[in-house]
Amino acid sequence: MNSVKLMGTAILSLALATGPVLAQVTALGAGEGEVDIVAWPGYVERGESDAAYDWVTAFEKDSGCAVKIKTANTSDEMVSLMNEGGFDLVTASGDASLRLVAGKRVQPINTDLIPSWGKLDPRLKDGSWFTVAGVHYGVPYQWGPNVLMYNTDVFKTPPTSWNVVFEKMDLPDGKSNEGRVQAYDGPIHIADAALYLMTHKPELKITSPYELNEDQYKAALDLLRVQRTLVGRYWHDAMIQVDDFKNEGVVASGSWPFQVGMLVADKQPVASTIPSEGATGWADTTMLATDAAHPNCAYKWMEHTLNSNLQSDLSVWFGSNPVVAEACTDKSGMQTKEGCTANGMDDFAKIHFWTTPTANCAQGDGACVPYYRWVSDYIGVIGGR
Amino acid sequence: MTSAVRPTRTLADRLTTIFWRKPGLLLLLLITPPLLWLGVVYLGSLAALLLQSFYSIDEFSGLVVREFTLKTYAELLRPSNYDVILRTLAMAIAVTAASAIAAFPIAYYAARYARGRWKAAFYLGIMLPLWSSYLVKVYAWKLILAKEGILTWAATATHTGWLIDAALQLPGIGGNSLSTSYIGTFLVFTYVWLPYMILPMQASLERVPTTMLEASADLGATAAQTFRTVTLPLALPGIIAGSIFTFSLTLGDYIIPSIIGTSASFIGMAVYQLQGTAGNVPLAAAFAVVPIVIMLIYLTLARKAGAFDAL
Repeated sequence: MNSVKLMGTAILSLALATGPVLAQVTALGAGEGEVDIVAWPGYVERGESDAAYDWVTAFEKDSGCAVKIKTANTSDEMVSLMNEGGFDLVTASGDASLRLVAGKRVQPINTDLIPSWGKLDPRLKDGSWFTVAGVHYGVPYQWGPNVLMYNTDVFKTPPTSWNVVFEKMDLPDGKSNEGRVQAYDGPIHIADAALYLMTHKPELKITSPYELNEDQYKAALDLLRVQRTLVGRYWHDAMIQVDDFKNEGVVASGSWPFQVGMLVADKQPVASTIPSEGATGWADTTMLATDAAHPNCAYKWMEHTLNSNLQSDLSVWFGSNPVVAEACTDKSGMQTKEGCTANGMDDFAKIHFWTTPTANCAQGDGACVPYYRWVSDYIGVIGGR
Repeated sequence: MTSAVRPTRTLADRLTTIFWRKPGLLLLLLITPPLLWLGVVYLGSLAALLLQSFYSIDEFSGLVVREFTLKTYAELLRPSNYDVILRTLAMAIAVTAASAIAAFPIAYYAARYARGRWKAAFYLGIMLPLWSSYLVKVYAWKLILAKEGILTWAATATHTGWLIDAALQLPGIGGNSLSTSYIGTFLVFTYVWLPYMILPMQASLERVPTTMLEASADLGATAAQTFRTVTLPLALPGIIAGSIFTFSLTLGDYIIPSIIGTSASFIGMAVYQLQGTAGNVPLAAAFAVVPIVIMLIYLTLARKAGAFDAL
């Protein structure tokens, strides 16, 4: 019998805790008939939202693994669902993935068991948001930038700098930007301010927008206090931002390709760009739970997610980028080269992916401002302090 | 002498006998489940919350330190956090006052004049908004109040746009549009909680005897005097009962201010943000204790004013 072997997870996790970190699964067996996935809404579609977008039905038929989906709306929700257990896979973003690894909720992946691993975009293969000490804790799923969305009636040419949302100025239509720009209301937006300062205040020596010492952090907050005077309301919910661009006279804001797609589909005069300073972004990874009850089906699903057709259709549906580069050009799905470019495929080097800020960083142990302070200080900034 | 035939005693019979002999036991059995619910699930979770608020977060690692300290409460006094509390409190007071003023004529009409079908229509009119989804109502208001929304449109059509502009120019509470200002948050809060003010107010107004109003008139009081010295004091318990609802609901809400308003935090929003990725559960718990303390003070004052005498 060369098929395997769901070894007792108790023994395994013990081995994981004590021995060197190795993938738990060494060979694949028959499917268990089911796989449970925690995913972002819209990430695992079976043609129920739109019949054209279905990458589950065929997988279920071929593999014999029924796919069960539990959607989660925030990274925190994902982490707590995984802590509760009972799920095999999770599509974790960069601000959740390392927490899951640190909490031993996910296991290393045996890349030999994923034949399509070699097809992965080389830029993502060893992404720091899922690779710890050279060990891969998951398979990249999709990624995308946080773009600058703007109104094309106001900006005849795309804005080239984030200054339109950070500094008080007159926009090309001659009117001030006060009350006409928006910003994300999550504390992670402090990183966008830090990114802006990387270019405009080089003397601060910011190397990563997620690793800020006290001085750099203070400069970022000061910039955000200026922004507060320009922003009428911050955006939190994607649909509310779409509405604000339609009904509140908002003409520029940091945003996701998803909202740009919604507004363009609605024939609104809207486009997006990645300004010269670069942008922050997110990269999601399919991760396998430590105590996964259906590892064989889970591996089959991870292999399936690298399928060019799925990557192509998903990137159109979600406004994101495929992790398999050929999905942009091989016409296996609905994505096109132009579509990928619009979603930021060519701007990878300009993107600083979301990670959770921690006190211990490249500048030294305890040198950086940890995330919990980002939260309380950002509440203060939005409150006008 | 023939002994009477005794029916065989079933288990139920025996139990009945035990309960008849010891009525206290039955009471205990009946009351234990609800007491457990109240004690463990309800008060227990509150106690756990209270306990969390006495922990603190380690500045260095960001981990929760499970040692008793008042440091977290001291953090509430930091200007940015203090702002959140004052802002929420001011909003709750404004919403409660506005609800009371808006609800009184409606409740008065419903209690005194509406009869038969009209009364049913009144109840329906007040209750109907409560049956539809809270979120739908809030999103609808966002569209009504938007810069390019129906209200601005109507104001422009009737040449009263200057009225909205003037309101938005007000320092502190004004803003870019109604839906991104405190005025908008206030309007929506008042709309959503109004029924909770009308219903207890109407109940108390119905209990004011008409004979007293007649007596007051017979003794020569003007309508205003009757209102001030008879109706209002007698209706006060209802107004206070209603205000407890509007006040506490405004203190705790986090959805309305996150959809409508300036994005500045209210207590509920701060709790929501702090307990998430931030992992600052102690500060979130300390924030959550604030409305509890405010409500306890409020209820004590309400009790002194006799709000619970009619219960």
